[in-house]
Amino acid sequence: MNELLNNILFLPEQASTFAERVDNLHYFVVSVTMLSSLAVGTAAVFFFFRYRKRKPNQTTEYVVPSVKTEFLFVSLPLFFFLTWFVIGFRDFVFVSTPPKDAMDVYVMGKQWMWKFSYPEGPNGVNVLHVPANRPVRLLITSRDVLHSFFVPAFRIKMDAVPGRYTQTWFEATKPGTYQILCTEYCGLSHSKMLGEVVVLSPEEWDAWVKEQRKGALQNRQDALADLSLEPHPARMAEQGQKVAAEVGCFKCHTVNGEPHIGPTFLGMYGRTETLDTGRDIRVDEAWITQSMMDPGAHLVAGYPNVMPTFQGKLTGPQTAAIVEYIKTLRTPDIRTGASQGPTYEPIQ
Amino acid sequence: MSPSSSIAAEPGAVPAPDEHHEHHPSYLVDGTTVKSWLLTLDHKRIGVMYLIWVLLFFLIGGIYALVVRLELLTPGPTLIDAMTYNRAFTMHGVVMIFLFMIPAIPGAFGNFMLPLMLGAKDVAFPRLNLLSLYLLLTGAVIAIWGMINGGMDTGWTFYTPYSTHTTTTVAPILFGAFIIGFSSIATGLNFIVTTHTMRAPGITWWKMPLFVWAMYATACIQVLATPVLGLVLLLVVGEHIFHFGIFDPAQGGDPVLFQHLFWFYSHPAVYIMVLPAFGVMSEVVAAFSRKNIFGYRAVAFSSLGIAFVGFFAWGHHMFVSGQSTFNAGVFAVLTMLVGVFTAIKVFNWVGTVYKGAVDFKTPFAYFCGFLYFTVFGGMTGVAFATASLDVPWHDTYFVVAHFHFIMVGATIMAFMAAIHYWFPKMFGKMYHEGWGLVSAALIILGFNATFIPQFLLGNAGMPRRYYEYPERFETLNVASTAGASLLAFGFLISAIYLTYALVYGRRAASNPWRSRGYEWMTESPPPTHNFVGPQPTYSEEPHFYVEPKKAEVPDAV
Repeated sequence: MNELLNNILFLPEQASTFAERVDNLHYFVVSVTMLSSLAVGTAAVFFFFRYRKRKPNQTTEYVVPSVKTEFLFVSLPLFFFLTWFVIGFRDFVFVSTPPKDAMDVYVMGKQWMWKFSYPEGPNGVNVLHVPANRPVRLLITSRDVLHSFFVPAFRIKMDAVPGRYTQTWFEATKPGTYQILCTEYCGLSHSKMLGEVVVLSPEEWDAWVKEQRKGALQNRQDALADLSLEPHPARMAEQGQKVAAEVGCFKCHTVNGEPHIGPTFLGMYGRTETLDTGRDIRVDEAWITQSMMDPGAHLVAGYPNVMPTFQGKLTGPQTAAIVEYIKTLRTPDIRTGASQGPTYEPIQ
Repeated sequence: MSPSSSIAAEPGAVPAPDEHHEHHPSYLVDGTTVKSWLLTLDHKRIGVMYLIWVLLFFLIGGIYALVVRLELLTPGPTLIDAMTYNRAFTMHGVVMIFLFMIPAIPGAFGNFMLPLMLGAKDVAFPRLNLLSLYLLLTGAVIAIWGMINGGMDTGWTFYTPYSTHTTTTVAPILFGAFIIGFSSIATGLNFIVTTHTMRAPGITWWKMPLFVWAMYATACIQVLATPVLGLVLLLVVGEHIFHFGIFDPAQGGDPVLFQHLFWFYSHPAVYIMVLPAFGVMSEVVAAFSRKNIFGYRAVAFSSLGIAFVGFFAWGHHMFVSGQSTFNAGVFAVLTMLVGVFTAIKVFNWVGTVYKGAVDFKTPFAYFCGFLYFTVFGGMTGVAFATASLDVPWHDTYFVVAHFHFIMVGATIMAFMAAIHYWFPKMFGKMYHEGWGLVSAALIILGFNATFIPQFLLGNAGMPRRYYEYPERFETLNVASTAGASLLAFGFLISAIYLTYALVYGRRAASNPWRSRGYEWMTESPPPTHNFVGPQPTYSEEPHFYVEPKKAEVPDAV
């Protein structure tokens, strides 16, 4: 049944947990639409024949609906629409809320390619390797214009917005290769901005990670051997620490818990901060990024609005690296409060 | 059947035209100089000029559409290069939306019919009315100049930061659209004031034809939403030329702010396009099933309801833009209310036919097509509003097919129905009924053949605005292009027999449909001041087809 409907609707194969959920709603919506329009259509066609004009200047009765009829006209569609909404919004919340144990991958769109970096080390261009049956959170940004990350087989999509991180997640259900398409018009070669997700079985994944580590190590040794090149720290957090030092974050932010001109980085990620507007926010990737790009937008209460913007001074990967670095600066007591809700922990 | 006998049979009809013909020539022949047309203040002549121009713009937009469809015939490059393709789909959107769909029904038929339906001699501000036409043309000239000298490749949505970085000619085209906005506001303002102040004695609010209600709701949106578009377009132009840094994140701006501002206009703009279509169809279904509208107040209120709720639904364009999940939920529910209001209309239109006397003429054929496109276009719209289904569909061909069904399909059906229904009213001539039905069938079939494959392409995951596409999408694209050719062929037939009818068509009776809409209570074509002799009396509501003295059936359902 599932297979048949998929073929009738030309849907791609279902390769993620979300795909199954969203397709079920799709079948339901299509069935209700077809049945209700069939009813309306049949009624209309029947009326056209039954009440055709028989005399040139025919008069007709004056017919108006009763309140009951009008109530039916309103409540019937409303009932179905709200039912769809309840199911659809539940699924939307599902796809908007990455599970706690999700593995992180940073995604950066640029004209016209996708770059993927793992907090662990390797980077990839246009090919994203992920393990099957494990939730993967994508932290997506763009280096230039808007892009949108779309994997039809996973039914997921999220815009890549420059200067911000957006997030989505998926859990691939079967190993294989699935196409990535850019769905936000981004210029001349928009239609060539294609990529692939390679879903690996757990064993293949472990082997792949090992291979990548070796490669990264090798690259690092090569780089060290070549004295003309700066050594490239493989881990994003190390990179982030280096960039943070270079651009001068530590002039105002400490990493030992002491408040200075700005709030300390220690334990910042996942902490609940009170803003100068009185609102409480939970520090996440998006907030850290925004604070680098537009520091005054959501200022932590008690600190002066003196931080310069790093918009244009930090590249996408540098921003991601600093975020990863800040995420590593944790104190164990920060996350014990019961009121703080779930925090996202990157895999290490 | 002689023309005079058919008129005499209608209560409230004016005396036969020849009695007054000498002294009160029709608006078409009252002044034949070029100046008497170009500088006219007569709402009917302005309406006719609007009609001519929007048809020309429809042709331009249609040619762009065919170029786009031909390019997509094969997965690789077919006819043109990527840059030309990107300009072509942008221009298709800009021309069709700003120069055809927004001004088409209000400009041509709203101007012509609104005063006639209200028993008025003209709109409230005739000079402003003429100005609105010339503003449209000024904007069009600037925009088309920009298209020829460089073109624009941003898509009609002008999303930043692409639109502020592209090397193509953004400024003149956006500035053209900015000026066209003023034309839209002027028309809207005129209609609001006309409706409030110029109704003839006897035409109370609840006796206004439903076309007037729809135009009134449309006018409210035009006046309230268009300024926001003007603002956002100017900001983009400023950002492109002077680097304001409002939307460009590289300068501390916010590209998502642009999307909010843009859709705050452009979502209600969908209702600027489709509400007039709903209005036309309320008239057509009543006239051709010879019945009062079933649930008149429900239809009138739902127009206002759509206009109101339409302002609070813009966020459904941004479910995957990084908007908060809570916002998405709120916008989703509000969007569904639009679906409920539309459903009320659909049920009441079908209900109108109940116990009617259906005369299956060309306008009614378009009504059938309209009903079909509204139901499927509307239901897919509600499906999008579930938020989760929007995630895979967003920015794919499913969106393209959906809005071509509801926004374009419904509007084109209404536009064609309006041309055919009011052709004798406007020009006093009759077209060939057989060809009318043939071309209606071709257009409806062609439209389906074009866009049903696009729904499926969207399901399969083909993104919109793709110059090249993976080979698995080829079959459906070929089907869609074939459908577009059929559609073009249908329009070609219409153009031929309508032009023929205009020149050689037989003289139509004053009220060939024997319609009891208010606009038929004067001669066709109407004299310059609309009414000759004493003002008509509006004792019955419009489309009242009851035998005199026959008892009312309060409720038959």
